[in-house]
Parts: sequence; C-alpha cells; structure tokens
Amino acid sequence: MEDAVMFSVQWWTEPLGTWMAWTRATIAFFLFVFGCIALMGAWEYFSPGGNPRRGVFALETTRGDRLFITLIGCAFIFIGWLYFFGAPLWWPLGVCVLWALFVFSLV
Amino acid sequence: MNKTVNHKAWFFVLPVLLLVAFNAIVPLITVVNYSVQETFGDNVFFWSGITWFEDVLQSPRFHAALGRQLAFTFTILVIEVPLGVAIALAMPRKGIWVSVCLVLMAMPLLIPWNVVGAMWNIFALPEIGLLGKTLNSLGFDYNYTRQPGAAWFTLVMMDVWHWTSLVVLLAYAGLVSIPDAYYQAARIDGASPFAIFRYIQLPKMKRVLTIAILLRFMDSFNIYTEPSVLTGGGPGNSTTLLSIDLVKIALGQFDLGPAAAMSLVYFLVILLMSWIFYTLMTRNEEN
Repeated sequence: MEDAVMFSVQWWTEPLGTWMAWTRATIAFFLFVFGCIALMGAWEYFSPGGNPRRGVFALETTRGDRLFITLIGCAFIFIGWLYFFGAPLWWPLGVCVLWALFVFSLV
Repeated sequence: MNKTVNHKAWFFVLPVLLLVAFNAIVPLITVVNYSVQETFGDNVFFWSGITWFEDVLQSPRFHAALGRQLAFTFTILVIEVPLGVAIALAMPRKGIWVSVCLVLMAMPLLIPWNVVGAMWNIFALPEIGLLGKTLNSLGFDYNYTRQPGAAWFTLVMMDVWHWTSLVVLLAYAGLVSIPDAYYQAARIDGASPFAIFRYIQLPKMKRVLTIAILLRFMDSFNIYTEPSVLTGGGPGNSTTLLSIDLVKIALGQFDLGPAAAMSLVYFLVILLMSWIFYTLMTRNEEN
C-alpha cells in the first residue's frame, strides 16, 4: 500500500496492523476519552472543587459524574441522530458540545 | 489528631486494574475498533465508518430482539420481585426451620446455568419430561419446541425458578434487620398486617429490593446460557434474545463489524439503565 498523505481520509482510516485492529481514527477517539479523564484529574489538582452539588435535575453530581453524563448523553445523541436522520453527523456533534456545556454548568 | 496521608495503597489496587484492563478494557476497545471496519477473515480490515451502526439501528431484526429482551426482563421482574417478597414474608424468623428454608432457597442459585438449561430442557419435553408429559396428559397442547407461547412460558418459568431465590434471600435479609420495637409499636397502635407491611416492612426493604431489582435487571438483560441451552432461540426466532442474536451474528455468521456495532448499542443501553437504577438507589439513601 502506498503511503497515505498525512491527515487525509485514507491516513485516518487505514488499518495499522492486526493486533486490536487499530486505525488512527479510533486511536484519536480513545485519546480524546482518556485525555478527558486525565484533564479532569489535572483540573481537580490545580483547582479543587469537585465536591457534589445539586443541579437542575436535582441530582447530586461531582465533576466526574458530569463527565460520565456528558459522554453517555453524547453517545445517545449520536445514536438517536443516526436513527432518525442518518449521516452525516456534524449537527449532532454541535448538539453534543452544547450538551457538554449544559451538563458542566448546570447539572 | 492529624490523619496520615499514605498513597501507597494505590499500588495494591494496581493488580486489579491490570486484570480489568486486560479482561474488560482492551476487549471493549477492540470491539470499538471492529465496529467501524469490515473484515473477511485473515485479520484483514477495511474501513466502513458508521455503516454498521446505521444498519443495526435500522434493522428490524435488532428491534425485534431488543423488544423480546425488554419483554423478557420486564416479565421476570414483575413475577420475581413480588413473589420473592411474598416468600420472604412467609419464611420463619426463628427456630430450626430458618436454616432449612435458607438452604432450600439457596439451592437453585448454586446450580450452574447450563445445567439449569439442560434440566428444564428435559423436564419440559412433551413426551418424556415430567412437566411436559403432565401438562399434555391434563389436556393442554404443550410443546415448547414447536409453540412460541410454550417456549416463552418455559423460559420464564425457568428463570423464575432459578432466580426468585435471590430476591427472597435479599428481601429476607432486609426483613430480619427490622428491630422488634417497630412491630411492638405497630401492635400498640393496632395496625393491620397490611399496614405493617406497607409502612414498616416495605420501607425497610427498599434498599435491598433496589439492589435485587438492579441485579436481576442486569443479569436478565445479559442472559445467554439458559435460553441458549433450553430453546437455542427457537422455535423460529421467538426466544432469540439480544445476546443469542449477537452470538449468532458474531460467531454463526462471523460478521464481526455488525456484531461489534450491535454489542456497543447493547452495552450503552445496559449502561444507561444501570446508571439510572444506581442513581435512584443512591438518591434513596440520601433521603
């Protein structure tokens, strides 16, 4: 296979060997998720404040809970969009960002 | 007095973390990788993007399996929880019969799942099984290998037989932890047995019952071995629950991509439901 141009679609999606069937796109996805978790740790270390609070849903949530609610909410936003409207998924990505802002500021 | 801060304890968690990483996190990540690719075997993969997710979400087969799964879980919860509470209420609290009852109740829980499936498979056979033969000689036309209704009946009966004990034991643990003073106060007030149940026993059992419901929900939503041994998903597709369908796609047809996408959607549904249950449970504790 010829070398793909960096950041081209082929570069993102070509298989990187057989173990765990990685592609650069899925690596990026997991780097994002684990990066979020690491960022939460750094946030709490430099600016503590992760104690539970009661938000608009009358739920006691810590910062970690809010990250979980954000991520699972995003997963269902994408699934719901795919079910009702199909691809492309740029609009639900925007909805997810709004959802994350909402959860971290109000829930 | 100052509390000692010692972070060495984290190192003791490390082996568990490694174990979980290799038996849960790495496989889960691999499933995510499979779900966006297509393979024709030989470990050769081709990118397919979100195609499998679109397929799964639009597939009538997945909707049907999810519907059957929800129906099964709802049915067994509706039967097992009230039945378990009723049996726990009827069990003795003192004397020699306590141990007898507890051992009897624990018995079904000790039997391996595939053995339970095999037992009920033979027990319900229309020609030679005790249940099947009896029902047929009583005039019922019962054959779980041919009739979807009979297959469902047998499946639900089997799960109730196997798992009601869990609810019983948990509810019983909740009941025996109620101090006698509550009952004495109720007697002085002249409370009826129903009032005692409604205002003393049920609130005191609330926590263990939430745990029982959570456990039964997750277990029944994941159920594979028992129905697979009992009916194998048949007759037709009538008892093909989600996990059975998943195994058919992944190992029967070797469609790793669609199976991976389906298991992720399945996983998200379980994760969401469990989180909702867990949140309700911890809210109860706060109140």
